[in-house]
Amino acid sequence: MNFRLLSIVRKETIHILRDPRTLVIMFVIPIIQLVLLGYAATTDIRRLNTVVYDADRTQQSRQLVEAYRASDYFAINAYVNNEQAVTALLDRGDVRAGIIIPAGYGERLGKGLTAQVAFLIDGSDPSVASTAFAASQSIGQAQSIQIIQQRTGIDPMRLNAIEVRPRVMFNPELKSANFMIPAVIGMILQFLTQLFTALTIVREREQGTIEQLVVTPIQSWELVIGKVIPYIGIAFFDLAEVLFLGVVWFDIPIRGSVPLLLALATLFLLTTLGMGLLISSAARSQQEAMLLSFLTMLPMIFLSGFFFPLEAMPVWLQALSYFVPLRYMLVILRGIIMKGVGLPSFPEQVIALLIMGPLIFTAASLRFRKSLE
Amino acid sequence: MIAIQNLTKQFGATTAVKNLSLAVNPGETFGLIGPDGAGKTTTLRVIATAMRPTTGQVTVAGIDVTHDPEAVKKTIGYMPQRFALYPDLSVLENLNFFADVFGSPRAQRTELIARLLGFARLGEFQTRLARNLSGGMQKKLALAATLMHRPRLLLLDEPTTGVDPVSRREFWDLLTQVHLDGVTIVISTPYLDEAERCQRVGLMYRGELIACDDPRQLRANLGAVVFEAHSTRALQARKLIEHRAGVRVASAHGDQLRLLLDCAERAAEIQTFFHANAISVDDWRQVQPRLEDAFVLMIAQEKQP
Repeated sequence: MNFRLLSIVRKETIHILRDPRTLVIMFVIPIIQLVLLGYAATTDIRRLNTVVYDADRTQQSRQLVEAYRASDYFAINAYVNNEQAVTALLDRGDVRAGIIIPAGYGERLGKGLTAQVAFLIDGSDPSVASTAFAASQSIGQAQSIQIIQQRTGIDPMRLNAIEVRPRVMFNPELKSANFMIPAVIGMILQFLTQLFTALTIVREREQGTIEQLVVTPIQSWELVIGKVIPYIGIAFFDLAEVLFLGVVWFDIPIRGSVPLLLALATLFLLTTLGMGLLISSAARSQQEAMLLSFLTMLPMIFLSGFFFPLEAMPVWLQALSYFVPLRYMLVILRGIIMKGVGLPSFPEQVIALLIMGPLIFTAASLRFRKSLE
Repeated sequence: MIAIQNLTKQFGATTAVKNLSLAVNPGETFGLIGPDGAGKTTTLRVIATAMRPTTGQVTVAGIDVTHDPEAVKKTIGYMPQRFALYPDLSVLENLNFFADVFGSPRAQRTELIARLLGFARLGEFQTRLARNLSGGMQKKLALAATLMHRPRLLLLDEPTTGVDPVSRREFWDLLTQVHLDGVTIVISTPYLDEAERCQRVGLMYRGELIACDDPRQLRANLGAVVFEAHSTRALQARKLIEHRAGVRVASAHGDQLRLLLDCAERAAEIQTFFHANAISVDDWRQVQPRLEDAFVLMIAQEKQP
């Protein structure tokens, strides 16, 4: 039994318990992030503000507008009398889409001709725009099929040569929360362990207590391991907290093996603790450590596939993302939680973490010197 | 107990300690004095294995600090200048932590802690957090913590700086007890009355040891006589004569003029000189040299090329 290691763990635990502010941050941050990202970071599009300029004013044109409204994708909240008014509303951002039905729309349909409708979409948010784009077309097509049916008396659905029947797997309701919450777990593990490891070590230097530690028989590795053990404990508590809230509140399913999740999370923590150690050796004050933590965290989150799919990024950014451990952890987390798959489904990710974890942690521990110089 | 040979410690381009050689005998109380930035802290840190020497050899109880720092650590207790215990741990928790870290057996510990708490008069404060102790109590706690593993050598870096006079005296009472237990003590201090209590003092200046002797010897071998006089224009008087032949050091403190002269006859000559310049300086008397006089004189000599 290593009493020196144990005494560091005990002392570090007292530090944490006596600092209520940090304690609150460690237990409340996961809840805040979960709620924010579970609700706010949603790409599900509902009731997009839409303006209509109906120059036709026929029964047919009203039917088309009604079809868009009924789809639930678009909320019709303004009618205007000219095209300029449509663009003006789009310019100001009051609406995100505009439907322009030209005069003669109903007449052309009555004659069995093709009638045209303009659909303007605000493309400033591409993910909103692409959903609106697809919705505008499919609703128009459905409407068009109805009209053909009325004209010919034949159900055109029966004329289809190919019938595509999409079936969405793993997340059939396409709920963003199901996709986000596993990622939130990864981000919280990264954030807490990296930041607090850096802070706790820099604090010894800032307080001057390192000078007393240096002249004791404590070994560098004992100091490092002893200091991070309590934070590993907290990281796992937070993980359980987020999983529990995810299941109870957001109704996410946990389809895979929780022990496997914990085992791989431990491997991932080696990389984040190592990052924290590296930051502590570069930072001279707690503020610097905090700043450095945030500076490294942001690019890592963007390059992990948290919000944006990595496949869509330029090749050089994709290449960079291979050095981000969170990237692998997100695949594992989403795999286990959403898909219920196990090791055979993500061998590359596990191997990557098996290499990166010990590598980063050992390199950081070697750099860490129990010394004043 | 300590043998330092040609110790040099450099930080980049600056040399903090230059070619220092020094021996401290077992059981001795040795004082390190010198102005700020003289290299006292660096010297203590090197002996304490907190820093490695750039060149030179340092041994503690015959063990080389660079070759076997771990063995040296068990022999010494080092108290840094800044309070270096954990402010959010209680008195008892701090003591227990350092005892754990040094692996002192739990069985003997209760008794040792009780003895040290009694000795430092911290008994009634054992559950108080270190941050809520007064400055003087913090120093005593830090001393107790460095004694938890029964070191044979104590290295104290300005332990009484910023502490009120009563606490300073209490601290020195503690040190006397430690000294009587046979522990060798090396203490750096800005207070020369404290240095007088050491068996030997070393005077450091710009990284060098410029004198090292019994404080009584340093005063006796001053090589100057000391005069005090009173003047309402002491500052002006000092300026007038500070570069005169035979005046080693002239200093003014309020209305007091203190002169270090090459011989007693010089005083009469200077009295005449003041008279001729119409500055009234009276109440002349020859006084016993203080350690401070030796300190000031030696530094003044070092400053001259």
